[in-house]
Formats: sequence, C-alpha cells, structure tokens
Amino acid sequence: MHFRDKMLGLGLALLFLLTFFLPSKASETLNGAGSTFVYPILSKWAYDFQKVSGVKINYQSIGSGGGIRQITERTIHFGASDMPLTPQELKSKKLLQFPIVIGGVVLAYNLPELRGKSLILDGETICGVYLGKIKSWDDPKIRALNPGIALPSRPITPVFRSDGSGTTALFTHYLSEVCKDWAKEVGFGTSVKFKTGLSGKGNEGVANYVKRTPYSIGYVEYAYAVQNKLSIALLKNRAGNVVAPDVNTFKEAASSANLDPKNHFYAWITNAPGKNAYPITGLVFILLAEEKKDINKKVVKFFDWVLTNGDNQALSLQYVPLPKDLKDKVRSYWKANGLY
Amino acid sequence: MIEREIRKRKVISRLALLAAFFCALWGLFWLFFIIFDVLRHGLSSINLSLFLEVPTPPGEPGGGLKHAFIGHLLITLVAVILGIPFGILGGTFLAEYGRNFRFSRFISFLADTMVSVPAIVVGAFVYAIMVKPLGHFSGWSGGVALAIIMLPVIIRTTEHMLSLVPWTMREAAFALGAPYHKVIWQVVYPSVKTGLLTGCLLAIARVSGEAAPLLFTSFNNNFLSYDMSGPMASLTVTIFVYAMGPYEDWHGKAWGAALVITLAILLINLTARLMLKKGGKS
Amino acid sequence: MVFTNRIFLFFTFLGALLIPLIILGILIVFLKEASLAFQKFGFVSFIFSPEWDPVFEKFGGAVPLTGTLIVAFLSLIFAVPFALGIAIFVVEVCPASLKEIVRLAIELLAAIPSIVYGMWGLFTLAPIMARYIEPFLQRVFSPIPLIGKLFEGTPLGIDLWTASIMLSIMIIPFTASIAIESFYLVPRVLKESAYGMGATKWEVIKDVMFPYCKIGILGGIGLSLGRALGETMAVAFVLGNINSFPTSLFSPTTTVTVKLANEFTEADKDIHLSALFYLALLLYILSLIVIACSKYLILRVRSR
Repeated sequence: MHFRDKMLGLGLALLFLLTFFLPSKASETLNGAGSTFVYPILSKWAYDFQKVSGVKINYQSIGSGGGIRQITERTIHFGASDMPLTPQELKSKKLLQFPIVIGGVVLAYNLPELRGKSLILDGETICGVYLGKIKSWDDPKIRALNPGIALPSRPITPVFRSDGSGTTALFTHYLSEVCKDWAKEVGFGTSVKFKTGLSGKGNEGVANYVKRTPYSIGYVEYAYAVQNKLSIALLKNRAGNVVAPDVNTFKEAASSANLDPKNHFYAWITNAPGKNAYPITGLVFILLAEEKKDINKKVVKFFDWVLTNGDNQALSLQYVPLPKDLKDKVRSYWKANGLY
Repeated sequence: MIEREIRKRKVISRLALLAAFFCALWGLFWLFFIIFDVLRHGLSSINLSLFLEVPTPPGEPGGGLKHAFIGHLLITLVAVILGIPFGILGGTFLAEYGRNFRFSRFISFLADTMVSVPAIVVGAFVYAIMVKPLGHFSGWSGGVALAIIMLPVIIRTTEHMLSLVPWTMREAAFALGAPYHKVIWQVVYPSVKTGLLTGCLLAIARVSGEAAPLLFTSFNNNFLSYDMSGPMASLTVTIFVYAMGPYEDWHGKAWGAALVITLAILLINLTARLMLKKGGKS
Repeated sequence: MVFTNRIFLFFTFLGALLIPLIILGILIVFLKEASLAFQKFGFVSFIFSPEWDPVFEKFGGAVPLTGTLIVAFLSLIFAVPFALGIAIFVVEVCPASLKEIVRLAIELLAAIPSIVYGMWGLFTLAPIMARYIEPFLQRVFSPIPLIGKLFEGTPLGIDLWTASIMLSIMIIPFTASIAIESFYLVPRVLKESAYGMGATKWEVIKDVMFPYCKIGILGGIGLSLGRALGETMAVAFVLGNINSFPTSLFSPTTTVTVKLANEFTEADKDIHLSALFYLALLLYILSLIVIACSKYLILRVRSR
C-alpha cells in the first residue's frame, strides 16, 4: 500500500473520530451516581423521564459514599445518598441537599428450613449477630424471639457492604441507637469496620450473596429483597411491636421526622417511636453542587417531574413517596436556591 | 541386580512422563471446561435483542446491551488510534534509528516490563491525570487507559518484527540512494506487514478483555451514548456490574456478553497466530 | 528529503520516549496522590497496620498487602508444578503433530479475559468448591493437628482457596511457555551425551534440562508471579473482599487490587483515596521489581 493511501485512511479515521466531538444536542445526558438503595426506583424514573422528555438521566449505583465523593469532586451532576450530610459538611463541600423518597432497610436471610415462616429479630439480636457474639442460628436469644420455629444448628454468615454505603449508614445508625456495644465498638457511617462476615458490593452484591449462600443474613434495601424473592425478617420496634417492612410502616417511621429546609433536611428516622413504625427506615437525599446553577436547574426539572408523577412507580417498588407537605418544603427549598 | 535397578529407573521415568501427561490434561481440561461453561450459560442469552436493544430498569426483564457493545467498540477504537501509531513509531525507533544505542535496549527492556504492569494501576493513573483534572469520567480517558496498556505490546512486537528483516534489504535500498524514512516505509514495513498486523490484533484482543482500567475512567452509562466526553458503557464493566448483581436477568445477559467477548478474543488470537504461521512459511 | 527523514525520526523517538515517560509518570503521580496518606501514616506503620477504618480515618495496608502476597504465592504453588509438567509434556512426550496445538491451547488459557474467569469462578467454581471439594478437604484434613487448622471455617466457596486455584489456572501459561522455550534451548549435545550414558528420559529432564534451564524457568515463574500480583477482576469475584487476615484457606480476605476496584470511586474522604493510592504505589513498585527481575533472567537465558 502506498504511503498516501495510508495517510488517507488515517485522515478519514481522524475525521470519523472528530464527529464525536460534536455535542449532540438531540439527547442530553445528566450523570448521577451514589446510593444503591435508590437505584431500582431512580432508574425506573429515569427510564420513564427519557420517554417523556428525551433527557437521559444516567445513574450509576456505586454506593452513597461514591455519590458523595463524586459530587464533591464535581465529576457528576448529582449525587444520591441515604446518609444525610450535616449542615457543616454541606457548607464545607458547598453542596445542596434535599430528600426525594423514603425506603426501608430489611434483614434478608437464607434459611432453607424456614419455608413460609418469617423470622423475628430485634436490635439486640441483630447487633449480636454482626458483632460475632451470636454465632449460631439456634442461639437462645434468637430462639426466644421465635418460639414456634425449629431453628437449625448452623453457623450464621452475616453479609455486609464492602463499598461506602448509605444503607450501611442507616443500618449502623439503627444499631448504634439500640445497642450500646455497637455504638462503642463500631459506630456508624458509610463504611465501618465490621467484625465478621462476608462483604458484597452494593445492595446488589449483598442480595446476591444472601441468595446463593445458605444460612447467611444480610441487610438490603427493601426493593432488592422483594425483587429477588429473599426471605425478610420481621423486626421488633422501639414500641415493642413486631412489624413487617412495608409502605405503611415506613410511612409511620417517616412521619416522626423533623425535616427543616433551613437545615438542609438533615434528619435520621431510624428507631422511630411510632407504634407500627419500621425501625430501619431512611430518606434518600439528592446532593447538588452549589455553584452549578444551570446544571442544577436541569436536574431539578427531573426531580420536579418525579415529585409530581413518580409516586405510583415508587409505591409499586415498595418505596414511600414523600408526603405532600414535605414535597412543598422541597420545592420551596429549590426556590430559595434559585433553581425553580 | 543391575537389571532391577534399570527397571526401577525406567518405571520411574515412565511414571514421571505420565505425570507430565496428566499436567497437560489438567491445563486442557480447564480450558475446555471454562469455554464449555461460558457457552452453556451464554448461548441461551444470545439473541438479536441483546445486540439491538438498550437496557431496561433493573429487575425488569427484556432489553439488551446495545449501549455496551457500541461503547466498547468506541473506546477500543480510541485506544487503537492512540496506541497503534505511537507503538509502531516507537518500535521503529528501537529497531531502526536507535538500534545502535544502549539506551534503546534499556527502553526495550522497560517496554517489556510495562507489558505486565497491573491494569488497575493504569486505571488509577489515568483517573489521576485525566478524570480528576477534567472533572468527569469519559470515554476518552477509557481509551487512553487502554492505549497505555497496548503501547508496550505494540512497541515490542514491532521491534521484534522489524529486527527480523535482514539488513541487506535495507542496504540495497540505501545503495539506490533512498533516505532512511523511505527505506522504512517502502522496504521494511511492507515486508513485515503481516507480522505487524498480527501484533496489533493480539494487542487489541488483550485490551478488549480489560475491565479494571475502565472502572474509574470511562465508568459506566445505562444509556446508549456516542458522546466520548462523558461516561460510557463497556461490555466488560457491564459484565462486572451485572454478574455482581442479584437479578437473574442480569446474570443471563452477563453470560451472553462474556460469551461474545471470549469468542471474539479467542477468534482474534487464532487468526493472528494462523497469519503468523502462514507469513512465516512464505 | 532530509527534512522528512528528520521529522519521521523525531516521531519515532517520541514513540519510544513514551515508555519511560509513562513509567516515571505513574510513579510520580502516585507519589503525589499518596503523599497525604504517607504524611499521616508513615511507611513502616502503614505496612504493618491492619486497620482500615474509614469512619475513624485510620488506614493501614497490612491486610491487603498480605492478602496479595498470600494469594500470589498460593497460586504459584498450585500453578508451577502443573506448568512445568506441561512443559515437559510438550517438549518430551507429546507427538510432534500435536505439539503446536497443545502449546496454543495452553496459551489460550491466558487469553481468556480475567472478567470471564471471575464470572465463571463465582457461578461455577465457587459452588463446586463449596458443595463438594471444600467439605471433602475439611473431612480429610481436620483431624490432623497443624494442617487441620488450614481447613477450618465454613466452606462458602468465596475464599482464599477458590481464588488461588482459579488464579493458578490463569498463570500456568506464563511459566509453561517460558519453560518450553528454555527446554528447547538446551543443546542437543548435552542431552545426547546423557542418553549415551544410559540415562532415562526423566533423568535427562531432571539432571540435565532442569539445571540448565533453572534461570529461565525462574524467570517464567517470576512472570506468573507478576501476573498474580496484579490480577484484579477474577479475584474480586471470589475472594470475599474482607479486610481481615485469613485464618484458614477457607477464609475470605482482600488484596490490594480488589480493594482498589471496590473502593476507588467510592472513597468519600481525601485521606481514604490517598491511602488507596498509597497501596497502588506499593503494588506498582512491587510488580515492577518482580517483572523486571524476571525479564532480566529470561534475557540472560536467551542471549546465551
């Protein structure tokens, strides 16, 4: 082949490549990342929003820790986290924060012997399992909560998150509230030092391990347990009642929250006081970079659509949409920040 | 007495060689087992929609991996356009212009070492120099990471191929008054073009199977995108995400994608080696 | 004419220069990114500290570094005997018509992408290990006092054992092909004279070829080691990703590469990311040394 043919080929290839520099106005993409907790519903909303508006909301489920990191670094347009950032943290990272949906963290387990019957657990037992103090399924403490069930004498394999996770933050926040030893030895956060067990990446990874590992137990966001047909434990709440995770018990837990726009909605709703409140409930927060006004307006357009149109989708996946007064507070927060 | 000794030694020798045979069986067994397993799991997921449709939300069946196939092709294309020219140029220097300097032997050695550097290290490097300063993940940075992995491979194979050309061929061209660059382009390159091509093919096969360097450079994208300046889906990262997830539907797609990649890479490898064989014979 | 030649020369030189530039570049960038963690944790205390606590911001590389080394060495132990056996087979036992095919097949083992290995490991190998192999090994070895300790623990399949076996399969080709090459370099005269003295095939291999090829084989093993140190995706699927020292072959643990893959995009504190870069730096330097030494050995053998 002659030299000039080679050059021609190279030139054409470069020209072809140059076309990728052309910004495609036809389909705009906004990039978000973070909480795996909210991934199932967020992608559903994104899928529908694209059909309606043509705007692609590309959300990557890398864990709340990742969402916080990437939005702080401004490598994405919005982050999602189940762990709320304190007003001080928001100020130092120059971020805005608002809730978008409510969900619950459940304890999924894999006990082949327990077909049809639900396991009952409480804060103390969960704490014991994850601290490695309760090692076997037929431990007296577990048996005390489950009198009618024959528990196997097998070692428990707790599964936790290997990545920076808001779900972990919710779970460990709950444990810190109900279990003194936990608060002292481990604490809460997106990435804590778990004492024992296996770790999976994302809610997806934990669900995957629980599904395929007999005698394991793991904490996952409710939608993951339901979608993967995992057995879910009933929990004894603060009021002493045994509750199942569902839309109503989540709602009740959320109703006790004091969410203040002035405080950037910073609040935890774990171990809520209500009679039928589910003990491990949480809000999902969206984080925005303060200074990116134009991007934020576009992101807010998506979430405005979500607040208006996304309720049914959320309910179908067992998430609790924000109550009306909270939605108004969120909208006024947007207005106060010039995004609405 | 001596007969018994000799027989014992012969028996030991037979046993040792039998053990060697079983070692070969061990290696071959795993190769076929893995390929068979990938075929078994992946074949059922190979249908037209895998290639032609974009993904549905998690948990919902249906959809495909069109976005990942196209993204992967684009990223690999960038890697090829960046890595191959520089690789061939570099190898040319080492084998031609720089062939008499000790410095070149040193660079050749460095390149050889770089071939085996952990891919994830390259990914972290490109994250630090491209993603963080530019402020976003991009298909470009993914391509750059793969190009960095390809570069030493191409340099080494180019240098090797060029060094196989007898010096007399160049001398003949010089005697005709040709300048060095013309000698290279019109005499040396054409005589090794098959070898160069196979080197490039093998390098492409190697990088198209990489996932680690793409994890923090091109990241991932749930939508079909041609915008290289933003995050891009790739087959390998998608396999990682889908395989680690809990949804059966995802697992099936991951197997399908794994089958496609494995077959493609194996095919490229076999083709390249066949070409080398034929080129060598002629 | 001369001008074009000069330009071309310049570009080829640039191409070659990219290599040392990139190698140095990686080193410098990693040093810079890791400096935060280095300032806070130093060198010795970072290497020996098993703490990896993002909440309390205490990081130490002891677990991933040990994990990397243990996984690499275990996989070498499983790989090298088979690789050498394969080399012996190809050079001395295999019928000539099949030699190239077998060689090719073994090289294809290295061509399978590591992510496919990982998937296969998670969905096929780990369950087989968990259901059949690991319980069997436990039954056999537990009664033995010291060795029994190595086989303790719940056989989940996601552990050091599965990861090492899988990695060993992946790295066989590196040692095997270098060993084959080295065996072919043995001068016929040497082998013939041994046969002439009445040596059996095995004795020739054992007492003539192996000693002659020691250095080359060592280089090949070093290449396998280098690969094992840097493998990420395959191991990430089946090692369990726990930051604790393995207490038995059936414990999950972590390696530097797995930690990087899992936590890199998600480290939400600067010090966390810096600690990860610190690990990456250590791994980079370690791999460079291992690979460079191995390549050097192989170079020595080839130039003989």
